[in-house]
Amino acid sequence: MQVALMVPCYIDMFYPHVGIATLELLERLGIDVVYPKDQTCCGQPMANSGCYEEAQATEEHCARVFGSFDCVVTPSGSCTHHIRNKFTAGADSPERQNLVRNTYDLVEFLHDVLKVREFPWTTFEHKVALHTSCSAIRGLNMASMSERVHAPVFSKPKALLSGVPGIEFVEFERVDECCGFGGTFAATEEAVSAKMGYDKLALIEKASPECIVSSDMSCLMHLQGCARRQKQDIPFYHVVEVLNGVSL
Amino acid sequence: MNSMQVLSRNTILGAVRASQPAAQPMPTIPHFHTNKPADLAAAFCASIARMAGVVVTEDVPDLDSFLRAKFPNAKVICSAIPEFAGTIKPASFNDWSEASTIDVCILRSPMAVAETGSILLSDMELQVNTIAFLAHDLVVLLDAQQIVSNIHDAYEHPHFKQRQYSVLMTGPSGSGDIGGVVVHPAQAAKTLTVLLSPAPNAGKRTG
Amino acid sequence: MSRPVDQAKNAEKFLADTVHEQRLDKLLWAMRMRRDAAARQVPEWEDLRSLASAIKEHTLSNLSDYLIQFEARATANGVTVHWARDAHEHNQIVYDLLAEQGMNLLVKSKSMLTEECEMRPFLERRGIRVTETDLGERIQQLDDQPPGHIVGPAIHKTNKDVAVLFSEKYGSDPNNEDTAYLAGVMRENTRPDFLTARAGMTGANFVVAETGAIVVATNEGNADLSANTPRLHICSVGIEKVIPTTESLAVFIRLLARSATGDTITQYTSMFRGPRKGAAMHVILVDNGRSARLGMKRFWHSLKCIRCAACMNTCPVYRRSGGLSYGSTYMGPIGIIMMPTFEIRKYSELPFSSTLNGSCSNVCPVKIDIHEQIYGWREVMEENDQIQVVKKEAMRVADKVLSHPALYQIATATLSTALEVLPHFAIYSRLNAWGKHRDVPDAARETFHEWYSTHRLRANEEVRS
Repeated sequence: MQVALMVPCYIDMFYPHVGIATLELLERLGIDVVYPKDQTCCGQPMANSGCYEEAQATEEHCARVFGSFDCVVTPSGSCTHHIRNKFTAGADSPERQNLVRNTYDLVEFLHDVLKVREFPWTTFEHKVALHTSCSAIRGLNMASMSERVHAPVFSKPKALLSGVPGIEFVEFERVDECCGFGGTFAATEEAVSAKMGYDKLALIEKASPECIVSSDMSCLMHLQGCARRQKQDIPFYHVVEVLNGVSL
Repeated sequence: MNSMQVLSRNTILGAVRASQPAAQPMPTIPHFHTNKPADLAAAFCASIARMAGVVVTEDVPDLDSFLRAKFPNAKVICSAIPEFAGTIKPASFNDWSEASTIDVCILRSPMAVAETGSILLSDMELQVNTIAFLAHDLVVLLDAQQIVSNIHDAYEHPHFKQRQYSVLMTGPSGSGDIGGVVVHPAQAAKTLTVLLSPAPNAGKRTG
Repeated sequence: MSRPVDQAKNAEKFLADTVHEQRLDKLLWAMRMRRDAAARQVPEWEDLRSLASAIKEHTLSNLSDYLIQFEARATANGVTVHWARDAHEHNQIVYDLLAEQGMNLLVKSKSMLTEECEMRPFLERRGIRVTETDLGERIQQLDDQPPGHIVGPAIHKTNKDVAVLFSEKYGSDPNNEDTAYLAGVMRENTRPDFLTARAGMTGANFVVAETGAIVVATNEGNADLSANTPRLHICSVGIEKVIPTTESLAVFIRLLARSATGDTITQYTSMFRGPRKGAAMHVILVDNGRSARLGMKRFWHSLKCIRCAACMNTCPVYRRSGGLSYGSTYMGPIGIIMMPTFEIRKYSELPFSSTLNGSCSNVCPVKIDIHEQIYGWREVMEENDQIQVVKKEAMRVADKVLSHPALYQIATATLSTALEVLPHFAIYSRLNAWGKHRDVPDAARETFHEWYSTHRLRANEEVRS
């Protein structure tokens, strides 16, 4: 099976190891991974800031680069949510429609398409605080949300991580309250954004995890920035790193 | 309606007509009886207790001695029920603000709701609406046979289509406006006590 | 022409007051948890939400017919129905009703609509004293502040704040912070006004077309006192509050208190169909921009709002900013999507006071797609030239770089340039804002792109462009 790998711009720049782990994991699972070299960004930073017109060229470029693939996978819930649900800045085209239809967040892809549940090539004997982004929960239905009190409780990232031998999850309060990143919100309303980050870290710390794991590097980028500012030494991992194999 | 009002009315209605989206259908509204509690009286008691209301389930044969014991300092007892005299009747109040002199007010409610612990009152039972709000303490007689399951059932009561004023009252007055902590009383009745007592015309639905 | 409200700056000030911020956040999160607990008790909760949404959409899409029906039924009951196109007309109608009978004291229960119309200053300038009888509204009135939350207007104040305020205005004990004591001070000081006022005003939570009745829900009983004690009852209500029938009312009553505070119902859920003998009841139906909003394809669903404030309680931004930071009548998520319809420039930045997390939409009892409308307003702001020129320019640069692979790769190749590019388009006029309270991420030794080129690029790899 062939898949085009989309590496979000901020992972390309700051967390290339997450892109590498994604590539390695997909190859381990027998996928033929293509990395289109001309990729740049999905346009979310401009579109979310209301600068819709200024997202047009970027989104059209993205559609051109990826639009002919049957399957596009990206280790980012927020980029997937943007493409699947808000990709309207550029002109409509068969490529755009294709991209909208065929883009998957990595967790979705592993859970729903490949239906992988076991990751026997690695162990992770650590206590994990699992954070799932708002894009993933409410945009992509990757986990249940606390507001819907009668809906069955489920979590695709947790289901995958549970297949890594030795892993333990800690429970913490306000589990699906937003971490405060919110895209450009992190800079335009940085005081509130940072406070939300500090508050989430405090609640996570109460549960004494050894690390914090998420399928959205954007949330982790924000939480890591907050943690370091408070001299908190906790490590952060993307879900794909744990599934592929990583040591603390 | 004066000419300015006619203009305003026509302007607003015209603007609404021009703006309103394509008509969407009215849904059918179920009454959700699948989770009806087996013991409506018990459910009612639990619900009203959560709102600081008190229910006396034992028989109270002598209302007079019950009131003297519960409200020993009460001087003005307004009775809105025919079978009890009290010290004053609602009809005696010329101005509705005069009800502020009432210490305890005795009423009968024609219906209560198990889901919420609410009792129904209207201008029919009250005669002077303010007696239920300016009195310091309320005692309400309720026939347990007149407790309905939920709010859907409650709004079927004819009072809501016939009376000028009706209220679903749930416990004494309260407020959570300071610090989110609900305290009693706020502006109206300080206490609400319900006495389970068969209606005088038991078997015949009143109201 | 007013400058846009800088909600972010106001929020920063609120956050600096750790006592008030932490308290508000905890208190409102607890309210959200109570809402969850109440919803859990109702197996048909999601069905009720769907019904409420459908009933409102049906009513709003047939609003002119329902308004006419309400007017006819209410009039037959002895109610005088008035129509006000805007805030000023509303205020004038109220004033005229009071002035023609020489009334100079009005007791009123909570009405966000009257806040919207700025009715109190209008009346006070004309010699009419207005007593807010809702405890939270009264506190804010005494403190000369607008409401900070649509259900608990003074919820941001500590008991100490209220004790000090009451001691200044009522001469009570400034050191007694007991909630019951403070509620008692309010009761003592408000009761005389109930008894002497000749006019009382209420808002309305619902307007029932079928019976010509208005419905008001309170905890305190102050609406019942305001409406029943005097011989003149004025009810001010927005035209969007109409529902078709008494039967449909049940759906909303089951959702309202549970969504707001977690109680199954408010202490007083009252229905006013008409005046008693010798008294008068007037209902003022107010437009004030609602009919215009009804015609906005993307935003008319905001008119379904039943003012429960569940969206505010769950909003992580509201809880850390405080309601007053929005500088608006309605605040939090619902405020963001309503206020631009009143004054687009003044509220042009509110749509950015959100992380678009979507919690609000999922607690809304009438299923307003709040977070999607917030996103939609961002686009409208651009279309209406409300985006700051500096920010727009920064975004234009970003789009140019990000749509040209060669430019992008050059920009990200050198680490320091990468750090300049990314924060620059995110920060626009607030340079280094990211780093104010957070550490900046470490620049990678090489980008993924560089790594891939070095380690993986195969000579015969097909690169599709």
